[in-house]
Amino acid sequence: MGNTLNGKAAVSGIGETVYSRGTDKSSIGLMLEASLKAIADAGLQPRDIDGVIPYALGPVAEEIMTGLGLDDVKFSAQTPMGGASAVAALQAATMAIAAGVCRHVLLVLGRRGYSDSRVATRLAAMPQFRLVGEFENPVGAIAPAQLYAPMARRHMEMFGTTTDQFAEIALAMREHAMLNDNAIMQKPMTLDDYYSARMISDPFRLFDCSLESDGACAVIVSDAEIAKDTRAPVTILGVAEGHPSSPSTITQRKDMTTLGLANAAPRAFEMAGVKHQDINVAQIYDCFTYTVICELEDLGFCKKGEGGQFVEGGRIRLGGELPVNTHGGLLSQAHIAGMNHVYELVRQLRGEGGRAQVKDANIGLVTGYGDLGDGSIAIMQGVA
Amino acid sequence: MSENYTKPIPEPSIDSQPFWDALNEGRLVFQACGDCGKLRHYPRPICDECYSDHVEWKTSNGKGVIYSWTETHHPFHIGFRGETPYILVTAEFDGGVRIQTQLLDAKVEDLKIGMHVEVVLTKATEDLTLPLLRLA
Repeated sequence: MGNTLNGKAAVSGIGETVYSRGTDKSSIGLMLEASLKAIADAGLQPRDIDGVIPYALGPVAEEIMTGLGLDDVKFSAQTPMGGASAVAALQAATMAIAAGVCRHVLLVLGRRGYSDSRVATRLAAMPQFRLVGEFENPVGAIAPAQLYAPMARRHMEMFGTTTDQFAEIALAMREHAMLNDNAIMQKPMTLDDYYSARMISDPFRLFDCSLESDGACAVIVSDAEIAKDTRAPVTILGVAEGHPSSPSTITQRKDMTTLGLANAAPRAFEMAGVKHQDINVAQIYDCFTYTVICELEDLGFCKKGEGGQFVEGGRIRLGGELPVNTHGGLLSQAHIAGMNHVYELVRQLRGEGGRAQVKDANIGLVTGYGDLGDGSIAIMQGVA
Repeated sequence: MSENYTKPIPEPSIDSQPFWDALNEGRLVFQACGDCGKLRHYPRPICDECYSDHVEWKTSNGKGVIYSWTETHHPFHIGFRGETPYILVTAEFDGGVRIQTQLLDAKVEDLKIGMHVEVVLTKATEDLTLPLLRLA
């Protein structure tokens, strides 16, 4: 029952553009560039693609098909869950493949998150934030930082989580970004830098918040049997999405310190048939430092309330017990809404992580988190 | 409506119009299920417990407790420039419903979960009254 999608699909190709703050390219231009790179990486031709899942914001599937000259795509969908979309799209693609509808599904996410309307303040225009727009924007709760900060504050008050622990996440992501040529933030960060940066919405200082970036990232999910003949397939062992109570507002959530990932993670681990100690590397959606702590708990790496202590002592840094966001994450690589996390997991499990390679990485996981609480997770394995 | 008012203005729905109308009349109200009595917020068409579409509007006594908070230093909207820092509190009322809104006349370092707050109905424009909070 729990194993229906295990081993049915594999990531066969990945592609990314340069990530930047400022671009003269359009979103669709960036998306097509990343798509062609991913298709080439898989050793495929564009016309081999028979399924398309673009990000729920921005250019639609039809534009991708038109741009790539695809005349007979069999499946398109969107997974409109904000930052949980990219990993949830892995589930949708795997289902389309397991059902026999598709052979090669293109997932692509591109944005001008810096050059166009800024990510931090455009919530009101999005239908999933209708209630926030009506009830919270008028009193001054406008941006994600202000909606997520009360979750972090609640966690601090209930469990003793500290800003030093948030800082450790920001510093670890920066250290990893400096090993990645395609990371925007290349300047070292000290604890003093973290604390001297301006306060955005308490307890979030500037470096607790993710970047706003331009760029695109694409992933090809293929039928696992067909993918065996590609250069470096990475098999999807377990994949799931999950939704919290009151997914449309954080304010009304039964427990503000628990996310939809808490529902998804046990399903994905059961499907994958692996245990937490089997995970060699984790790419964890990091729109804010605090969310990494909350997700580590919801994933089951530690108990609720212990995530702050979990990240201490270098555990999530390269060389630690559970290296997290070896590309630098949304905090220091780029905010490509988590498709860059999928890319990085595949890169690691192929052994192509360059200076950030986790030694002998074979099994890893990637999460998504978005739209106020939706969650997603995929557990993958490289060729042993 | 004031032409100088630059903050976001709510666009009530069919389901939420009575909430905003009541504020303008000086009352904070929450929806209660007309059958099982469960309170709910934000306003919506049916009860998520028993699925009844019978709606009653209950006037709150305006007394709640702090569930969480943040103090905002960066103005994310033109209408709040010059007003930072300000405190946003998530407050819980009887029946478990919550609102996130501004807490007036308080210091962030004094706040604790469970502290008592009370609603201050504040006229923003001729047509809009907002439920803000102060420490009780």
